[in-house]
Amino acid sequence: MSNGYTLAIRARQVSRRFGDAVALDDLNLDVHAGHIMTLLGPSGSGKTTALRLVAGFDRPDQGSIEVGGVTVADDDIFVAPEKRKVGMVFQDYALFPHLTVAGNVGYGVSRESRPRRVAETLDLVGLGELRDRLPHELSGGEQQRVALARALAPEPSVILLDEPFSNLDAALRTRVRTEVADILRSAGTTAVFVTHDQEEALSTSDFVAVMRNGRVVQAARPSDLYHQPIDEWVAGFLGDADFFAGEAASGKVTTAIGVFPTDLEGSVRVMVRPESVLLAPSDNGGAVVRQRQFFGHDQLVTVALKNGLQLRARLGPTPYFEPGDAVTVSVDRATTFPA
Amino acid sequence: MTAVAPPRGTRTERKPSPTRGRAPLALWAIGLVAVVPAFAPIAYLLWSVVRAGVTDTSGITVGRLLELLTSTAILVVAVTITTAVLGTATAWLTTRTDLRGRRMWSTLVTLPLVIPSYVGALAMLGTSGNSGLMTEALRAIGLPGLPVFSGFWAAWAALSLWNFSYVHLLSVPAIRRMDPALEEAARGLGSSRWRTVRTVVLPQLRPALLSGSLLVALYVLSDFGAVSLLRYETFTRAIYAQFRGRLDITPALFLSGFLVVVALILVWAEQKSRGRANLAARRPTRPAPTLRLRSAARLLAYGFLSSIVVGALVLPMLTLTWWTVRGLSLGSTVNSVVPELIRSVSVSGVAAVVTVLAAIPLAILTVRHAGRPTRLLESITWSAYSLPHLAVGLGFLVLALRFVPPLYQTVLLLIIAYVAMFLPQALTSAQIGLGQIGTSIEEASRGLGSGALATLRRVTLPLLWPSLLAGAALVFLTVMKELPATLLLRPTGFETLAVRIWSASSELFYTQASVAALVLVAVSAVPLYFLVARDLHD
Repeated sequence: MSNGYTLAIRARQVSRRFGDAVALDDLNLDVHAGHIMTLLGPSGSGKTTALRLVAGFDRPDQGSIEVGGVTVADDDIFVAPEKRKVGMVFQDYALFPHLTVAGNVGYGVSRESRPRRVAETLDLVGLGELRDRLPHELSGGEQQRVALARALAPEPSVILLDEPFSNLDAALRTRVRTEVADILRSAGTTAVFVTHDQEEALSTSDFVAVMRNGRVVQAARPSDLYHQPIDEWVAGFLGDADFFAGEAASGKVTTAIGVFPTDLEGSVRVMVRPESVLLAPSDNGGAVVRQRQFFGHDQLVTVALKNGLQLRARLGPTPYFEPGDAVTVSVDRATTFPA
Repeated sequence: MTAVAPPRGTRTERKPSPTRGRAPLALWAIGLVAVVPAFAPIAYLLWSVVRAGVTDTSGITVGRLLELLTSTAILVVAVTITTAVLGTATAWLTTRTDLRGRRMWSTLVTLPLVIPSYVGALAMLGTSGNSGLMTEALRAIGLPGLPVFSGFWAAWAALSLWNFSYVHLLSVPAIRRMDPALEEAARGLGSSRWRTVRTVVLPQLRPALLSGSLLVALYVLSDFGAVSLLRYETFTRAIYAQFRGRLDITPALFLSGFLVVVALILVWAEQKSRGRANLAARRPTRPAPTLRLRSAARLLAYGFLSSIVVGALVLPMLTLTWWTVRGLSLGSTVNSVVPELIRSVSVSGVAAVVTVLAAIPLAILTVRHAGRPTRLLESITWSAYSLPHLAVGLGFLVLALRFVPPLYQTVLLLIIAYVAMFLPQALTSAQIGLGQIGTSIEEASRGLGSGALATLRRVTLPLLWPSLLAGAALVFLTVMKELPATLLLRPTGFETLAVRIWSASSELFYTQASVAALVLVAVSAVPLYFLVARDLHD
């Protein structure tokens, strides 16, 4: 390929409606082979529908989908899900309750290579000793890994994971998430996650596609997405942010909280993330602490500037701020948008 | 990228745009074929009414029709009110009071369901009259005996005793669901105890009560065995008399069609009420406090429950046993019922297997591809089940005579009718089972390379197996005690247990009838009760 990437999934102008509700509206999506990609969006943004269309559990009304360079759905073609070589990990795991762990994992593998693949994949997910258990005898985290092993066993070109961690409790979630990402990377498989949890998306993916109202509004690497969101909605969806008005001229924008570099000209909006804000106690500072939320590992302090504008700062657990304290505010990083 | 040969795509036409739930044509074809037997006889009966209305009424005068309508309606209303009162009372006493052994009483008042109404009628005949059990008992202590139970009061008593359990069963969960906070709120707002019952409690019970009453009304309208044995003239008895007495089948056909129209109204109302009952379902935050009965009320309650259990369960079973033992000890010639039992078991077994096979595609259609057309399909399968089986049976008989004469008086026709009438039992069971198997499990199988049929074989059917088995058992046991359609459609000389009970009772061979009845209750009704009991209690 000319750009050095192979596309594992390519979706063009895909639309899907359910009655009057538009689930997908002219969706375009590229997933590079070997990448872990996450579709991130609020509920109802169409991310699960997109996944189901790629898997072949549903047909697009319009548009085309390619998997591994082969068209699997367009105006004339519809390849049945069993012929797509796409693995799926379901939100509820969908393990076959009447089959053992080995039976589940070997389900999609041909009879000849079954023993070998079952052993290999169970080793990969670290569940070799549980092979004869039934799904209901496993913990949530173990079921999760069986579901992953089952999807990996037929060596699919792509694995799709629909909200795979939402059934795990918070303590387990972070650990399992890291394990799954490691397993997928060591298997070298292309993976597409669906989630509404921005922390999960940013921490596990090579690429994140943010979806809204049935479209991909921005697809980028996690750090780029966080610092260079395409608009205020994406900025707010990915994390806390405060916005200010400013006037830009000759590479600089002047705002109530300072002067920042910019490529834009004229009226602009400036986004500041709380962790870019520093506070220092100062009797003659330009701002007053209004509110403080203490989380243990950090704290979120809301301050009011002289002109009444409010700004949030995320700081380490010390120093201790009280409402009414006078502070000086400095901002070390800001992103500008056209107003 | 290297060129990859595209996988074989299934080419289909684009428009209209496919919906998620579109079912394969083959599935629809099988589903439609499975439903035709349920649809055809009813359509034919309705058509016969329309035709008669236009040309002649086949010798049935309007006066005769009104007479039947009145006598049937009186029985339906009387039994419905009685069962509503009895069933609500037993349900209330066994859930909201501090009576001892409430669970046991609740089971005891549902046990009368093991007695089919025609067996109950047989027991009533066997306990009264010149040589009845009670007559003998009364005479032994110097009192005059009882006259033979027959006519309106006998039919009313029989149908009330052997149907009130349905109201009990529907009322118990409704009473349990009632949130005591509502009653407390009413009392706290200054409402008296009686006003609270009237304005808060009864309205919450109404959906269940309505549903149960309509169900009982439909059963009374459909009942053939009890009213016939106890000699009370209703539609079903008149239809059978017309059918037996004359060569011309048209009057019976017309009456059946008319009965179906009346029953359809009840079925429609019952289904509407059931939807409402579900709407009213709510989960109480805590169980209601039990009412502490004072000693007089407590005595009354025990007396009430005991007399119901004695009348509906103990006395009939005692009577059947007494006739059996007495007959045998007096050396009356009692024919073995083994051939009848074998016939009942084999015909019911075949019907159960075929019914389940037909239910599988219908369940997949109605659960996995739910929509307006599949709902219609489902209502059709319910019609033959819900409508009076005597009328449905007659519809089958006439259809066979007119269009497929070789089928007339064959076991095959009997089995087709059974499948059509009891399909909903197997269907419901399969639907519940299929509903519990999530769609994602089937999709997982598809995603792992198994096609639709392979998924059915490797995943769906193995998981559905227990539900199918339960459905088959339900059909098997219900077919075994089916009477009216069996009477009409059986080949001459093909005596099943139910037919034997009927004919022996009609000819006053009570010992012979009692033997067959006890066997039937043991092999069909009791297992059926315990099969369904799992769902009935908690």
